[in-house]
Amino acid sequence: MDDKEKNELKLTEASTTPTKAPEAQTEVADKSVEASGASACSGSIYGSLFWTFLKIGAFTFGGGWAMISIIEREIVDKHRWIRKEEFLDLLAVAQAMPGILAVNISVSIGDRLRGPRGSVVAALGTILPSFLIILAIAMFLTPETIKNNEVLSAIFKGIRPCVVALIIAPVITSARNAKITWRTVWIPILVAGLIYLGANPIWFIVLGGLGGWLWLRRTTRQLKEKGGEQ
Amino acid sequence: MSVYLKLIWAYLKIGLFGFGGGYAMLALIEREVVSPGWISEQMFTDIVAISQMTPGPIGINSATYIGYVVTGSVLGSMVTTLTVMLPSFLLVLYASHYIQRHKDSVVIRGVLSGLRPVVIGLIASAALLLMNRQNFSDNDFSILICVISFLLVYFTKLHPIWIICMAGLSGYLIYYVF
Repeated sequence: MDDKEKNELKLTEASTTPTKAPEAQTEVADKSVEASGASACSGSIYGSLFWTFLKIGAFTFGGGWAMISIIEREIVDKHRWIRKEEFLDLLAVAQAMPGILAVNISVSIGDRLRGPRGSVVAALGTILPSFLIILAIAMFLTPETIKNNEVLSAIFKGIRPCVVALIIAPVITSARNAKITWRTVWIPILVAGLIYLGANPIWFIVLGGLGGWLWLRRTTRQLKEKGGEQ
Repeated sequence: MSVYLKLIWAYLKIGLFGFGGGYAMLALIEREVVSPGWISEQMFTDIVAISQMTPGPIGINSATYIGYVVTGSVLGSMVTTLTVMLPSFLLVLYASHYIQRHKDSVVIRGVLSGLRPVVIGLIASAALLLMNRQNFSDNDFSILICVISFLLVYFTKLHPIWIICMAGLSGYLIYYVF
């Protein structure tokens, strides 16, 4: 109980909103106070979370996959809000769920950092730039003015191959963070190859989850049996 | 009012059953918004083209655009955009909390450890699928931009946002100025 009170105190210090955090949120939030460390104490964490995801949203071209490089740089490297190993687990949750990947990723990370309120802030930050841009186009321009704009076409002809590079890079960094070895490297290669050939990604998520669970259950049982023998 | 309800229903379905991110969702969006006659096939193609030239995922972009066009008001646009986010929001939030609560159980630890290599494969497949004619329309320069961007993002501390800006600038210089 004592610990919990301390954590609640830390939480109110860290956030500028003086409202008392609801019970469920405190549980998540106190863990993120530990994770975010010093950066949480300076200024408003919500403001900084919103600004970070606004930047991410403004530069996410080509859907949720392209966010990963920018998020990794901002959230893991720069702010150190989340550890590298944990980042991949949050991505796994975001990808295993249906819906819009970019939103899933920001909700998953926002929630890890500051509970449900953090995920609202992160999700709104992510979509605000594109919402305003598309709304402006719908209100004031015709699709032709954008489509036939030669300057924009030229710029995006340059950006598109860059976005592909921004998706390749996290494949390698996350393979290193997940400690993929020669024994497990066939899994991502097989998954990527079969999806490329037209397989539905959902099967690999189901198989991966199921396989991981059965494998761990088997190894823990074997360990227990060994322990029992000795 | 009924048009709002129909839009909400269509975008709840897109938000709930869309899977795989980005262009994997295109067929579903097309079925939900072109078939009821809200927009023409041509307009849908235009929205996809605009999505490729603006930030943000196509699911969100189409919601914002169609919400405005169909209702003629900013409110409609906000309603569809928030609706398409809602299922993701609730599902991911529920899943994250469930995992946090049971993170030491054998089931969750096992499932996560099995998902990690799969997720890496999923990201790799997204990269493979994007290596197409449309994104690499100019063989030589496209490949050069891709390789240089990769080297910069992987080996330097340069922020990916700057790398995107530099790629856009080189596109402007290569394809427009010269």
